[in-house]
Amino acid sequence: MGKSATSRTILLLAPLLLFLGLAYVVPFLGVVRWSVTLPEPGLGQYRAVLTDPLVQSVFIRTLRICLIVTAAVLAMAYAIAYVWVRGTPTQRMLAEFCILVPFWISVLTRAFGWLALLSNRGLINTWLQAAGIISEPLALARNEFGVIVGMTHFLIPFAVFPIASAMRAIDERVLLAARGMGASRSRIFWSVFVPLTYGGLIGAALIVFVFALGFFVTPAILGGGRSVMVAELVYLRIFQSPDWGLGAAISVVLVLFIGILLALMRRFIKPAHLVG
Amino acid sequence: MQSSRPGPVLLIIATAVALFLLMPLLAVVPVSFTPQRFLSMPTGTLSLRHYQALIDNPAWGQSVLLSLRIGILSSAIATVLATLFGLGIWMFQPRFSALLIGFVLLPLIVPPVVSAMTLYFLMTTLSAFNSFIGYDTWIGVALAHAVMITPFAVVLILVALFQVDRRIDLAARGLGADLTTRAFRIIIPNIKFGIATAALLSFVLSWEEIGVTLFITSVNAITLPRLMWMGLRDNIDPAIAAISVLLIIVTAVILALRIFIERRGTSETK
Repeated sequence: MGKSATSRTILLLAPLLLFLGLAYVVPFLGVVRWSVTLPEPGLGQYRAVLTDPLVQSVFIRTLRICLIVTAAVLAMAYAIAYVWVRGTPTQRMLAEFCILVPFWISVLTRAFGWLALLSNRGLINTWLQAAGIISEPLALARNEFGVIVGMTHFLIPFAVFPIASAMRAIDERVLLAARGMGASRSRIFWSVFVPLTYGGLIGAALIVFVFALGFFVTPAILGGGRSVMVAELVYLRIFQSPDWGLGAAISVVLVLFIGILLALMRRFIKPAHLVG
Repeated sequence: MQSSRPGPVLLIIATAVALFLLMPLLAVVPVSFTPQRFLSMPTGTLSLRHYQALIDNPAWGQSVLLSLRIGILSSAIATVLATLFGLGIWMFQPRFSALLIGFVLLPLIVPPVVSAMTLYFLMTTLSAFNSFIGYDTWIGVALAHAVMITPFAVVLILVALFQVDRRIDLAARGLGADLTTRAFRIIIPNIKFGIATAALLSFVLSWEEIGVTLFITSVNAITLPRLMWMGLRDNIDPAIAAISVLLIIVTAVILALRIFIERRGTSETK
């Protein structure tokens, strides 16, 4: 690469790199500084993250919810991705519509939709009471169940894209060969088709898990303050019981955790899968 | 091919998933017609009062205009920066491409709440120096949104670029085209749909951004999602249902048209 080519490359790349450097990386260092200076200099906040029982319980709840949500999302996304990739043209069109409409609709509208379904005066409780099946409304929202349902709904499209892309990449002849050798439909599906999509499944699991970990809008609305996850805890520490140092320390720990996770799994990540 | 079509069991599961995906969007429709002041199912009478409230309360109209303004500015910033960056990566294939791409995707990978805090730090710092760009200003919100949405624009533009045949650029170079000619007359026309999609998705993402917006606004820069959030926290305002219904209809119509046109396009070429 000649000298002028280098300077032109820099000219094209520099604006975005500078923008993110100044508007994102430098301020993040500011957050790191908060974590070791507020309220007093030292690593006290990190000690609190590791030992405070409240923070601990929030971390454990967050991990539990993230694992349940990831499993639920993968199973549901796999089924609809299969129809989207291998269905008849009409089935494909319907599947695509059902995947993309929620994807393009705001997280607030979707969380509100679940409130309309699950809350005490919502659709499900109103109908069940009208039908005489229950006398008191079921507690479906403002608890962990509501958070899991809402997050699963939010994250399904993000898992569908990598899974569908793995399914599309399967060589049709492999399936034909399995059939030619006498394998049954379910045998082909479980022993040939599914193993060929493991890469997509792992990529999807990573995306879903990482997104779920840092999520706070859906838990804040559907959890109603009773099922606080780690991201919401950061929000509360900044705006309700100002303890910026602890919020900052939790943020740094989260970034480190996700960084290590992604570094270990980086060969399964394809950026193109994030936008469908 | 016929043997790998989804079987009945899978179709039933997939239908259940499809219903699960659409259910919350459908559930807001009846709620929006409730005659009550609180979130409830209408029993007997239907009412348009919550739609009327959207018109009567000027806050809704103001927030829509503000969100449009922020969306357009942040989408423009993100699209221009991402296009330049994509061109640099594609045309010169610098040595650390993967690392550079990974770096610009950071705001997408880092948990939203951490990005929100980071941008909160940035905005409060900027506010110390001026009153136009900073905490609770519309330009500040647009800049913060640009940080958050640029990764998506970069991904879309890179995907479009990697579908371009390198030989056409080589041909242009062989015929003596300089860098600007190659960029503007050869490459950009070939990725114009990618750029348009990036601009549209960037706009939509800014239009509905709430995580970061919550941290960096208080009373002046009330975007539409910020206003919805305020009506969602404690006593749920059914006006949220009315505005949600309108947003869902617009999205569904645009997407249905897009899918329909795409399908017709592909079936005609086959």
